[in-house]
Amino acid sequence: MKISEQDVAYVAGLARLSLTPEELKTMTGKMDAMLGYVDKLNELDTDAIVPTAHAVPMANAFRGDQVIPSSGSAAALANAPQGTDGCFQVPRVIE
Amino acid sequence: MSESQFTISSLGKELQAQRTTAVAATRQCVERINNTDNQLNAFITRCDDSAFQDATAADARLSAGSAATLTGIPLGLKDIFSTKGVRTTCGSKILDNYVPVYDATVVERLRAQGAVIVGKLNMDEFAMGSSNETSAAGVCRNPWDKNHVPGGSSGGSAVAVAAGQVVAALGTDTGGSIRQPAAHCGVVGLKPTYGRVSRYGVIAFASSLDQVGPITRTVDDCALLLEAIAGYDPRDSTSVDCPVPDYQAHLRDGVTGKKIGLPREYFIEGLDPEVKRAVDDAIEVYRRLGAELVPVSLPHTDYSVACYYLIATAEASSNLARYDGVRFGVRHSSGGGLIDMYQQTRSAGFGAEVKRRIMLGTYALSSGYYDAYYLKAQKVRTLIRQDFHNVFEQVDLLLTPVAPTAAFKIGEKTDDPLQMYLSDIFTIPANLAGTCAMSLPCGFDAAGMPIGLQLIGKPFGEGEMLQTAWAFEQATDWHTRQPVL
Amino acid sequence: MNTRYETVIGLEVHVQLTTATKIFCGCSTAFGQAPNSQTCPVCLGLPGALPVLNREVVNAAIKAGLATNCRIAPYSIFARKNYFYPDLPKGYQISQFELPICEHGWLDIGGEEFAAKRVGITRIHMEEDAGKLLHGSSAGSLVDLNRACTPLLEVVSEPDMRSAAEAIAYLKQLHQIVVYLGVCDGNMEEGSFRCDANVSVRPVGQVELGTRAELKNLNSFRFIKQAIDFEVERQIELIEDGGKVIQETRLFDPDAGVTRSMRGKEQAHDYRYFPDPDLLPLEVSDVWIDEVRAALPELPGQKRQRYEEALGLPAYDAAVLAAERPVAEYFDALVVLHKNPKLCSNWVMGEVLGAVKENDVAIVDCPVTPTLLAGILKRIEDNTISGKMAKTVFTTIWQSGKSADEVIAEKGLKQVSDSGALDAIIDEVIAANPTEVAEYQGGKDKLMGFFVGQVMKASKGKANPGLVNQLLKERLSA
Ligand SMILES: [Mg+2]
Ligand SMILES: [Zn+2]
Repeated sequence: MKISEQDVAYVAGLARLSLTPEELKTMTGKMDAMLGYVDKLNELDTDAIVPTAHAVPMANAFRGDQVIPSSGSAAALANAPQGTDGCFQVPRVIE
Repeated sequence: MSESQFTISSLGKELQAQRTTAVAATRQCVERINNTDNQLNAFITRCDDSAFQDATAADARLSAGSAATLTGIPLGLKDIFSTKGVRTTCGSKILDNYVPVYDATVVERLRAQGAVIVGKLNMDEFAMGSSNETSAAGVCRNPWDKNHVPGGSSGGSAVAVAAGQVVAALGTDTGGSIRQPAAHCGVVGLKPTYGRVSRYGVIAFASSLDQVGPITRTVDDCALLLEAIAGYDPRDSTSVDCPVPDYQAHLRDGVTGKKIGLPREYFIEGLDPEVKRAVDDAIEVYRRLGAELVPVSLPHTDYSVACYYLIATAEASSNLARYDGVRFGVRHSSGGGLIDMYQQTRSAGFGAEVKRRIMLGTYALSSGYYDAYYLKAQKVRTLIRQDFHNVFEQVDLLLTPVAPTAAFKIGEKTDDPLQMYLSDIFTIPANLAGTCAMSLPCGFDAAGMPIGLQLIGKPFGEGEMLQTAWAFEQATDWHTRQPVL
Repeated sequence: MNTRYETVIGLEVHVQLTTATKIFCGCSTAFGQAPNSQTCPVCLGLPGALPVLNREVVNAAIKAGLATNCRIAPYSIFARKNYFYPDLPKGYQISQFELPICEHGWLDIGGEEFAAKRVGITRIHMEEDAGKLLHGSSAGSLVDLNRACTPLLEVVSEPDMRSAAEAIAYLKQLHQIVVYLGVCDGNMEEGSFRCDANVSVRPVGQVELGTRAELKNLNSFRFIKQAIDFEVERQIELIEDGGKVIQETRLFDPDAGVTRSMRGKEQAHDYRYFPDPDLLPLEVSDVWIDEVRAALPELPGQKRQRYEEALGLPAYDAAVLAAERPVAEYFDALVVLHKNPKLCSNWVMGEVLGAVKENDVAIVDCPVTPTLLAGILKRIEDNTISGKMAKTVFTTIWQSGKSADEVIAEKGLKQVSDSGALDAIIDEVIAANPTEVAEYQGGKDKLMGFFVGQVMKASKGKANPGLVNQLLKERLSA
């Protein structure tokens, strides 16, 4: 096994997904199969290879420091599941 | 429209000559959708009312003599494009109620041309799939045989064009999501060079791989629609500031003397014999037309699926973090705390395939695994790009199959994600390399399902690729066949 | 303090930049607007929206890097820091991780409580701020994203500081520099200059670092000192009692003056940094760096040095004048017009700073401009008016905006420096005070002040005090 159920549960926590025990089991199996497959990349020696982050090599895309009128709070909250006083409301966060 | 399906260029001529109107063309599409979509399920959201408003405005513009190429042409959009005031679900339950407050750049450009937006088309959830089976709106069916998948993820776009519900459509392609459904539905689909078309307002799957492109009935239309959407956008840092050529200018120049590479890694065991025969026939057509066919090698092809699934899922795991139930979308919460709300929202909102990919991508980036998985994949990506760079020193473009088989049956591969992923082996490398590629009809298998031919061009070589495709289309009649519905 | 332990402090400072717009979108950065009114698809993290880098933020980063002796990277990249929080719209913060824009800098600090030393700056990187989470209602927390995507520089120091005093000296100097550069307004209460402190202790002589606690919510220099001092005591006591310091984030409670563990809220950090595919690499050419360097203002350290070495001012004066850029600029303008640095310094530190403070105006709005003040100083030096008289002139100019010469003429304040006119007054004073004259001549030197005062009074303050002194001495010793 390349990955354990504990590993999968940890990753699910990072991704903010909850998995039922059955889902955890299935997910572990499928992830294990994928990780087994992607292992084939280790056939290649890439020590001296520079990674590619962008398909087209470019640099320096900028905008000037000019204000563009904002879309405003009504537009901001147009799709909000829950809004109060122009703010998005979420379950109480305890600090 | 079934007996004489319009193309952008044919309808455009009719509209310019005022032999028909945009309203009439739109009505024809709407009726066709009414008659066929209960069988096909290509549409997630229809915009009949606003479409007729668009058409009326287009007719005014046509009368005034100020029409552009797309004025009055009924088009469909994959449901991945942000459309102001029109629900945009990306094929997911989590965006079931989401109505964007802004238009994607490509949508702005279509609207500026006076195109008629008929509706939002079915797709795999968040573009993650090769069969349109992961859509929250339900599977979309192949018009050539409704027991078969249309391909994916831009399944609805390919189906709507093939079935005459719209004249043309836009899709997105991250690992073959335009080309493969176009091939499976017998239409033309083009994935531009990365950076050629703005991604602003396009819901991201894998940002370094996603590109927007046209799905059309003919190569001619493909050139027209690409020209309308291509070009620099200051709102997308990855869009390239280089002028858009007039793709029509050299479209009809032929392929005499053109060097077309045949990468040996794409003609392998496991390639369906009927697909192989159709592609071999296409090679013969090109030989006859005066092109030079050259055997070449892209040695790292076999690593592309593994490389792709690490990069695409890693980027997706981060891109999909914004679906948290705070600012938009469907929230699920049973009165627990914040983390509960996050987990319930995301667990109920995402489908199984999306969760699998988020999980794989999160793992590939997580502490202790980054170098082994994500960084390794980025390095292999360099090798794959170099393969293309090398081969384009020898040939002008490449010819390959689009997919190892024609469209498979609904449900056939849903239990085995890896098998599904492997069916994208021929389309994925162009995304990793960032170069342009397209799919065009080149035959049918014994069951009557369409087969697609892939051309892969040099970076920003869309013009030459379209010219090569047009020559084939002229020499064959595959594109004239239409499914019976 | 326990001398068997050594304190080790490293600081992470978030500097909010004064650009007009956010780092990745065109929304305004104006403070105090209605919630969520300064937002757009980009800073709300709406599906499909994409970031584009504000070039002015890069300029600010280069400025800060040069002013803190950093190497400016010719190639740097943006990365995503992934975590979920309601004030973080995209579920990741765009920051820099590997390959930040500035590295390997330092600041020299010195103070009365410790020997001068050099504090290393590990890196300075650009990043976006999060929004604001308000915990008002019992039903839930509220999210305002106006601040989301506001540009920040994060300045990370080496763990080179050994006391709260050193930490404060470093912070004050960094604060002074970014405010001088004009890249930050320096307002700590509004959060424009925020500090997290990594604090650990170790037995003296031990090489490896102790386990550190990260202190947050330190929004004034005073709180930073209190928090560090408390934390050092806490850690030493804990170790002395046989306990172990655990690595954690602790929040400073200014009311109680203590730090408290944020236990429970934090889970393991696994930020899954990776290069942001939506943003291109940043390449900064030497030409660009040179352009920024050429436009840098003279920095406070350079000013202090010039004031001491070239102008011959005492260290105290140099520090006061250089502390704030507008004050230094006022002084610089004045000293060009009136080439007596010490007199200029006395007047700026005394009358000018006193008056602007009393009247609550910014020094750039001081009605007595450097030109007007130079007019006063000129008349002091040529003995037209006395120093004391000059203060009256200053006040009059403050109210009227007239020149010193106009005020002197109108009010007839011209000093009497004519010995003939003074002789008559001195005669009167000597005649009127025979007892004092006798006492003075009997050796009571202190009475000279009394005589001068009497003469000044009789002349209605216009007599030249130096001359009065001289004439009185001649007359009384005769
Ligand atoms: Mg930070
Ligand atoms: Zn914004």
